[in-house]
Amino acid sequence: MFRAFYHLLLRDLRLAMRSPQEVVNPLIFFVLVVTLFPLAMTPSDALLQKLAPGVIWVSALLSVLLSLDRLFKQDYEDGSLDQLMLSPNPLVILVLAKVFAHWLLTGLPLVIVSPLLAMFMHVPDVALPTLLYSLLLGTPVLSLIGAIGVSLTVAVNRGGVLLSLIVLPLYIPVLIFAANAIDVASVGMSVRGQLLFLGAVLTLAVSLAPVATAAALRITASR
Amino acid sequence: MFRAIWAWIQKFSSPKYFFDMSGKMIPWFAIAAALLGIYGLYLGLFVAPTDYQQGESYRIIYIHVPAAWMSMFIYVVMAISAAIGLIWQIRLADMIAAASAPIGASFTFIALVTGSLWGKPMWGTYWVWDARLTSELILLFLYFAYMALQSAIEDQRAADKASGLLLIVGVVNIPIIVYSVQWWNTLHQGTTISITKDAIDIHMLIPLLLLAVAFKLYYAAVVLVRARNEVLYRDRSRRWVREIIEKL
Amino acid sequence: MNGTEFHWSTFFAMGGYAVYVWPAYGLTAVVMLLNVIMPLRQRKHIIRRVKRAVRREKMSTR
Repeated sequence: MFRAFYHLLLRDLRLAMRSPQEVVNPLIFFVLVVTLFPLAMTPSDALLQKLAPGVIWVSALLSVLLSLDRLFKQDYEDGSLDQLMLSPNPLVILVLAKVFAHWLLTGLPLVIVSPLLAMFMHVPDVALPTLLYSLLLGTPVLSLIGAIGVSLTVAVNRGGVLLSLIVLPLYIPVLIFAANAIDVASVGMSVRGQLLFLGAVLTLAVSLAPVATAAALRITASR
Repeated sequence: MFRAIWAWIQKFSSPKYFFDMSGKMIPWFAIAAALLGIYGLYLGLFVAPTDYQQGESYRIIYIHVPAAWMSMFIYVVMAISAAIGLIWQIRLADMIAAASAPIGASFTFIALVTGSLWGKPMWGTYWVWDARLTSELILLFLYFAYMALQSAIEDQRAADKASGLLLIVGVVNIPIIVYSVQWWNTLHQGTTISITKDAIDIHMLIPLLLLAVAFKLYYAAVVLVRARNEVLYRDRSRRWVREIIEKL
Repeated sequence: MNGTEFHWSTFFAMGGYAVYVWPAYGLTAVVMLLNVIMPLRQRKHIIRRVKRAVRREKMSTR
């Protein structure tokens, strides 16, 4: 079972390496969208700082949303998803492997690039660790919850907007607490509560989301 | 004994039995809803006293609060029906969920608009990022997501199961979402829509409760009409449906 | 209740808030009415469709 997890993870990572633009494009999108806000407003530094948590996090949301398609679409179209569902290994574990790979390829790069965006948006240095923690805890949740949405819409033609409609309301708690954590950290106050909440949501998502995703795949993608 | 109970459940949940039973029940629900509604409106608009803080504008709550309650009640009913449909494969449960969605979305919409119209005289703006209104807005998105997914999947069984799963995921998330929004709301000035600062006057409470019950009876009547349509449409190739339709 | 008379004009004025109260009630009435009318129309539509389909099948089997 762990071997299956490990092999599926490596397979997905290796496949992504063959078409790196699929990984790089959402990252560029992330940076681009954040850049658009100062351009649209010509704001003062103080205003940028106030907007920074929300702008960075909404852009991260949209970037992950854009990249969710790659989670199951290719496998659905070339038949590998059918193979996965026929495998003797529990589908929940296989789903977890794919979502983990997805996060390594889309969420983790966002975390790594975020200090650059912190500089763009004049996030104070004291808030930088919180920015990184919030993205580190939050982006896996985005991948996990996103996986539920993708599995529900994998068989729908042009289901991209439907996916957003399904998934964005579920992202709202993460958005609220993550953006607020950065906000509060910028004035030097403690963010233990917010980060604990994000950690709790991550734990809940890791345990429940793959189950829902596997169930959804069996409903929509079995032929 | 369980086999007997199961057989009894299967009889009640057969579309044909449901169709016959519901046809007789609808008029009763409709009449009861109308009577209670009219009486509740009479008490609320003519008899209940004026609020000393909000003047006559508070009378919007007789619509706003029951509509908000219905929006949440219907979503829970839908989630339970979806769970029943998924676990025990009872098609009627999926039909009830599908039939309820437009009604629930309508009540959510009513709650939002009446809340907005109530907010304008209160706080001077048509929209306030109040915890309850924001949660209602998110609930409206959840309804739309369900209806969109239902219509996007062609195979009826798969559509029912997929949107049913979405409902269950939604119902698990709703407490988290509501908690987050309430928490977020306390960071601001904390404008909350409150009916009165103290305990609500009994003369205001009675019409409110009457209309709440009237709305539920209304929902019962309308969902049965919609569910019967679902039965007629989905089973249109069955003989018993065709026999009934021939007579109509 | 105090001893003032009831006038319809004061009632409709709703203490100056009429422009908020009546559209709220009005919109609710419209939405709830639509929720009754539309299923009834949908029912007629379904019945018509099925009758037409049955007729077509009968003709093609003759």
